Amino acid sequence: MPESPAAVGAPPRTTPGTAPRRIALARLRDFALVPGIIAIAIVGQLVNPVFLQYDNVINILQTMSEIALLVLAQTMVLVVGKMDLSLESTFGLAPGVAAWLTIGGGHSLGLLPSWTAVPVVLLVGVVVGALNALLIVRFGLSGFVVTLGMLIVLRGLLTGISGGQTFFGLPDSMLYLGTTLWAGVPASIWICVLLFAGGIGLLGYTRFGRSLYAIGGNEDAAKAAGIRTDRIVWIVLIAASVLAAVGGLLLSGRLASVAAAQGNGYIFTVFAAAVIGGVSLNGGRGTLFGAFTGILLLYMIQNVLTLAGVPAQWIGALNGAIILIALVMSRITSGKRQT
Amino acid sequence: MNTVPVVEAHGVVKRYGATVALDHADLTVLPGQTHALVGRNGAGKSTLVSVLTGLTEPDAGTVRLNGEPAPALSDRDAWRSRVACVYQRSTIIPELSVAENLFLNRQETRGGLVRWAALRRSAAELLERWSVDVDVHRPARELSVEQRQFVEIARALSFGARFVILDEPTAQLDGAAITRLFGHIAELQRQGVTFLFISHHLQEVYEICDTVTVFRDARHVLTAPVAELPKADLVAAMTGENAVTTQERAATTRHGAEPVLRVDDLSLAPFFEGVSFDIAPGEIVGLAGAGGSGKTELAEALAGLRKPTSGTVFVGDRRPRPGDVPSALAAGVGFVPEDRHHQGFVPEMSIADNTTMSVMDRLGPGIFVRSGLRDRLAGTMISRLAVKTPGPELPVSALSGGNQQKVVMARALAGDPRLLVLITPTAGVDVRSKEFLLGKVAEAAAAGTAVLIASDELDDLRLCDRLLVVVHGRLTTELPAGWQDREVVAAMEGVDLDA
Repeated sequence: MPESPAAVGAPPRTTPGTAPRRIALARLRDFALVPGIIAIAIVGQLVNPVFLQYDNVINILQTMSEIALLVLAQTMVLVVGKMDLSLESTFGLAPGVAAWLTIGGGHSLGLLPSWTAVPVVLLVGVVVGALNALLIVRFGLSGFVVTLGMLIVLRGLLTGISGGQTFFGLPDSMLYLGTTLWAGVPASIWICVLLFAGGIGLLGYTRFGRSLYAIGGNEDAAKAAGIRTDRIVWIVLIAASVLAAVGGLLLSGRLASVAAAQGNGYIFTVFAAAVIGGVSLNGGRGTLFGAFTGILLLYMIQNVLTLAGVPAQWIGALNGAIILIALVMSRITSGKRQT
Repeated sequence: MNTVPVVEAHGVVKRYGATVALDHADLTVLPGQTHALVGRNGAGKSTLVSVLTGLTEPDAGTVRLNGEPAPALSDRDAWRSRVACVYQRSTIIPELSVAENLFLNRQETRGGLVRWAALRRSAAELLERWSVDVDVHRPARELSVEQRQFVEIARALSFGARFVILDEPTAQLDGAAITRLFGHIAELQRQGVTFLFISHHLQEVYEICDTVTVFRDARHVLTAPVAELPKADLVAAMTGENAVTTQERAATTRHGAEPVLRVDDLSLAPFFEGVSFDIAPGEIVGLAGAGGSGKTELAEALAGLRKPTSGTVFVGDRRPRPGDVPSALAAGVGFVPEDRHHQGFVPEMSIADNTTMSVMDRLGPGIFVRSGLRDRLAGTMISRLAVKTPGPELPVSALSGGNQQKVVMARALAGDPRLLVLITPTAGVDVRSKEFLLGKVAEAAAAGTAVLIASDELDDLRLCDRLLVVVHGRLTTELPAGWQDREVVAAMEGVDLDA
């Protein structure tokens, strides 16, 4: 019999110092990939001294910044316990529609003045996200299959309006973000870093952000705590699509064109980066910082392979292998089952 | 003393389609009481709870809380400040810390940002105030069932409610944890908290409750002070017939016959060590022990769910491969696992599929399953165990708790096992189903099956010809039939009555 029946017979706290140390450990899990990133940086430098030069680092960050926005979007969707496969198609469709409506000649309609291009990009994001949310939240369809269907439909739409061709001659407003330098650093890197920083603050330090974790962890409990779960899932799905549209805008601006296949196949890398970064596919677990390190690691490895002169034909197979190896490594370092 | 009832439900009616879930039900709970609500599965307890917590609108009748009419259904905050409920299913979010769970969606913020340090401080103060010794930094998934309940109670009280409904809080707890829970309830009662306690265990009602209300078939049957109500009358009120006293079971042990189960020096660190015993055909042996004593792990090892580190197990003349379930099944072991929801059945599969899951090899040639054969076998098992269902094709998730457990038992019996290993076989089922299930176990024993029941519920163990008591992974005491309750409890707790 415990002397004080009113106290829970939990294993007594061993030392007063245990709790802070546990916190520190939990934080450390976010940094699980940092040693890997440092190791790759060293290896890269040994392979080719160009690797850590300013221009190359900027190059890595800029090519990564567009897909990183997809990772940011997907991570929020995963944390809230859903999935959005259609992000990669929105990534291509949103700038595609803007180009289709604002430039003249060829397949394009040229219906709208060119200043509307960026608002159209964002609007397409909102519409796609709202459509996803309508089907998933309102009609209770399976998120996986809805967004898989949406992925195919949106890709088909882009191929349809472009006739399978690439849009060139984009209005200047669409080129701005992908080409401008802010304080000597490409704007897309700034945007990516600022959005991640904002997202980290949002998910870690606001009621809204915390409610994403609550919904992903136990939706009934979240409801019982007074969280408007449906409304929040709507917001997250729409925000994710808008982020994907912005990502697509950055890429189109950098390449000064919208290809019919823009974003095709990106979603696998996006999922891989999120899972390597410690985001759970079952919802309720993972941080944006972790997801960011995930995509950074993958892009650094790709860059090292390119610098090492690996033939382009082999990059695909190596990419897949790297994702698998990274998963195994993060399983070992985090010690947790990935779900 | 304040005598305005905390809850006064009068003439509450609730229909779901053709089913009447509550038929003019009444309930009055006075402040400071610990009020028990008992009734068999389907008596209307759950519906009443959802009416009292504002989750369901009654079709007719009135509910008054603290003398005032109940708030509107949509006013969740008003309900939360009056009534709190700790459900059987957890409303804790496993990935978040205890502190965050306590203040979910009402985190202290400054400029829209959560103030984590302040949040943790208030969480710690809240737990301290209600004497809950849990570290608020821990992720909630690390909590035991018991700690989770305490945290949920504390959270409920933090909304200002002083009336707490506990829905079968002891179903997943072991004896020591139940004692601590009761201590806690008594302590909170002194601080002015009123409890409505729902339980299948009448013993618990007698231990901690002042008043008991019995529901049967959607109606209120009686409300009486516990002290003035003999146990037999309470059971009679619940079942609607005179209490069935457990008959003395004639021992069916076939002494002298080759033992069915021979366990020799079995060990699995850190759960149990050096365990040896035999079970004869027709014998029922009880494995008694508190939670964490290793009895569950020992039983699971016999069923092949765990791999012992050393020692041998013989079932008849066969030696199943350690840690291999198919091999244990082939040797003739039938198994009822501890937690039916996790290991007992596949909820969305039909009763027929669930009962025959472990004997699929007998249901047709090669890799095929003949559905006719399956349904016939399932039909036999359904009638043998009196599962209440319109047919074998119904998914198990549609059954009540007692009937689900019958399906689990049916699967264990479907292979005509030589040895039945049962872990807490009557957890969370009502009194009648409990007696029925144990009757089936006795029937199997009479047919020559050896039975091992691992449980800390005395009702389960009463059937046994012999009791083996496990304390800290070792067999410490063996009691022949005819033991006294206090002897067993003392042995499980490691207390010597003669000392």
